[in-house]
Amino acid sequence: MTSTTLVRKPVRWGRVALHVGCLAALLVMLYPLAWLLATSLKPADAVIASLDLLPSHLEWSNYKTALDGVNDVSIWRLLGNSLLIAGGAVAGNAISCSLAAYAFARLRFRFRGPLFAFMIATIMLPHHAVLIPQYIIFNQLGLVNTYWPLILPKFLATEAFFVFLIVQFMRGLPRELEEAARIDGCGPFRSFFQVVLPLTRPALITTAIFTFIWTWNDFFTQLIYLFDPDKFTLTLALRSFVDASSTSAFGPMFALSVIALLPIVLFFLAFQRFLVEGMASSGVKG
Amino acid sequence: MTTTAIPPEARHAPATAPKRRPQREREGAAWVFLSPWVLGATVLTLLPMAVSLYLSFTDYDLFTPPKWVGLRNYVQMFTEDPRYWRSVVTTLTYVLVAVPLQLALALVVALALKGMKRGKGFYRSAFYAPSLLGASMSIALVWRAVFNDGGTVDNLLGTGGWVNKPGWALLAVALLTVWQFGAPMVIFLAGLQQIPAELYEAAAVDGAGKWRQFLSVTVPMLSPVLFFNLVLQTIQAFQVFTPAFAVSAGKGGPADSTLVYTMYLYDRGFVASHMGYASAMAWVLLLVIGIVTAVLFRTSRSWVFYASEGDR
Repeated sequence: MTSTTLVRKPVRWGRVALHVGCLAALLVMLYPLAWLLATSLKPADAVIASLDLLPSHLEWSNYKTALDGVNDVSIWRLLGNSLLIAGGAVAGNAISCSLAAYAFARLRFRFRGPLFAFMIATIMLPHHAVLIPQYIIFNQLGLVNTYWPLILPKFLATEAFFVFLIVQFMRGLPRELEEAARIDGCGPFRSFFQVVLPLTRPALITTAIFTFIWTWNDFFTQLIYLFDPDKFTLTLALRSFVDASSTSAFGPMFALSVIALLPIVLFFLAFQRFLVEGMASSGVKG
Repeated sequence: MTTTAIPPEARHAPATAPKRRPQREREGAAWVFLSPWVLGATVLTLLPMAVSLYLSFTDYDLFTPPKWVGLRNYVQMFTEDPRYWRSVVTTLTYVLVAVPLQLALALVVALALKGMKRGKGFYRSAFYAPSLLGASMSIALVWRAVFNDGGTVDNLLGTGGWVNKPGWALLAVALLTVWQFGAPMVIFLAGLQQIPAELYEAAAVDGAGKWRQFLSVTVPMLSPVLFFNLVLQTIQAFQVFTPAFAVSAGKGGPADSTLVYTMYLYDRGFVASHMGYASAMAWVLLLVIGIVTAVLFRTSRSWVFYASEGDR
C-alpha cells in the first residue's frame, strides 16, 4: 500500500480539486431541492424569515393540509387525474410511435423519403403553430374540458421525436431475424409483433419514461384544456397557489410540490441505471 | 411496345405472379402501420397549420364566425402594439442569455467529467436530474420563492427579490433554464467519449499541449454535437412558457419584463379571446424559428466539422 501511494503521489491533487469542484457545483445545483424539502416541513411563520435549511421543528401538518386537497378536490383525485393523463400518453406514444417507426425503418412504400423528411421537420415545429386550431377542433367536438385533447393526439403519433428515436433503434437491429421469420411465412404484422417489437424494448422503455415525465410536468396544454377543479391535475392545482400572496399557504403549497415531484424522482431513481447504461453503450458503439 | 418492356424473368409467369402479390401486400401493410401517424399528421398538424394561417387574417373570438380582416392583425402587431415588441425583445434577450450560458456550463462540466475515473456515473446522473425536474410547476414555484423579497438570493446578496425588479426578473427565469444544463451535458459527454484517443496521442506526439489539443482535436470533433445542442436548445428557448409564467405569478411582470412571446400569445388568444391575432403571432413565431434554424444551418458549414461523410 505504501509503495503504491509513493508512485501515485504527484498526480492526485488535480483529481482531488476536480472532485471538490464537482461536489461544490452539485451542492449549489441541489440547493433548490433541499430548500423545497425543508420549506415543506417548516411552520408558516418561519418560511420566509430564516435562511436555515433546517426547520426549528418538523411541521407535518403542512402535508396534512396538502393531503386534504385543493379547492375542495381531494388530492387522490388530483393524483388520479395526473396518472390517467400520463398513463394514457405513455400507452399512446408507445403504440402509435412504434407502429409508424416500423414502417419507416423496415417497410417500403411510396413517398417514404419525403414523408420521413416531413416527420423529422415536425420535430422542430413549435407547438404554438398548431395550438389554436387544435383547440378549435376539440372545442367543436365538445371535447374541451375533457382529457381527450391531452391523450388522443398521443395515439396519433404526434410526438415525432419518439418516432425518430424508435426508427433509429430499429435500424440498428439485425435484419436476419426478420428474414428468417419471413421465410417461415410471417407477414409484416407477425414479424413486427413477434420479432421486432420484443427487441425494441429498450427504445420503448426510453419512450415511456420520457413521455411520462414530460406529460406529468406539462402545464400549458392542461392550462388551456381543463377548467373544472375536479378535472385538475396536480400541476394545475399547484398553479392555483401561484396567485396566492399570503405566506400562510406556503407550507402546504410546497408540501404539495414535493408530492407532485415524487413520481418523477422515483422514476428517475428506478430507471437511472437503465438510462446510464443505455447512454454508455451508445457511446461505446460509435 | 409492351411486350418488349417485359423483363426476361417475368416470362416465367407462374413464378412472378405470387412474388408480386406479397410486395403489394407489404405496401398495404406499411400504410396500416402508418395510419395513426398519417391521421395525426394531417388532422392535428397540417390542417391546423392551414387553419391558423387562415385565422391569422381574421377576427375570431371562438363564438362568432371568423371575420376576414386581411393583414390587419399583422399591421397592428408590427406597428401599433408596444406590448408585442416588448415580448419580442424579452424573448430574444432570454434566448441570448439562457442558451449560451446553459451550453457553456454543459460543455465545461462534460469536459470536467470526461477523464474522470471514479464517480463519473454518479455526477452524470446527479447533474442530469434537474433537467427532468426543472420543467415542473413545483420547481418553478421554488424559483419564485427563492428569488422573491426575503428569499435566499435576497438574503445572500442583499439585492432585494429579483422577481419584483424589471431588469432582474428575466435573469431569474433564465437561470432556471441554465439550471437544466444536464441534458445537453449528457449529449456533450457522449460526443466527447466518441473522439478516438489516437487523435490526442497523435497531437501529443506532434508536440501539442493540452490547450492546443482542445482547440485542434476536441473542438472540431465535437462541433456536430455542439451544433445539435445549439439548434435544439434555441428552438426550445423561443417557446419558453412555464418558468416565466410561474416566476411572474402568471402576469409576465414586473412591468411586462418577463412577458415572453408565448405568454403574450396565450394572453391574446386564451385570455382576451383574440384568436386571429394570436394565430398571426404563432405564424410569426414559426417563421422566426424557421429562419433562425436556417441561418444556424447555413453558418454551420463554416464551423461544423463532419469527420466522415459516410458515417451513419
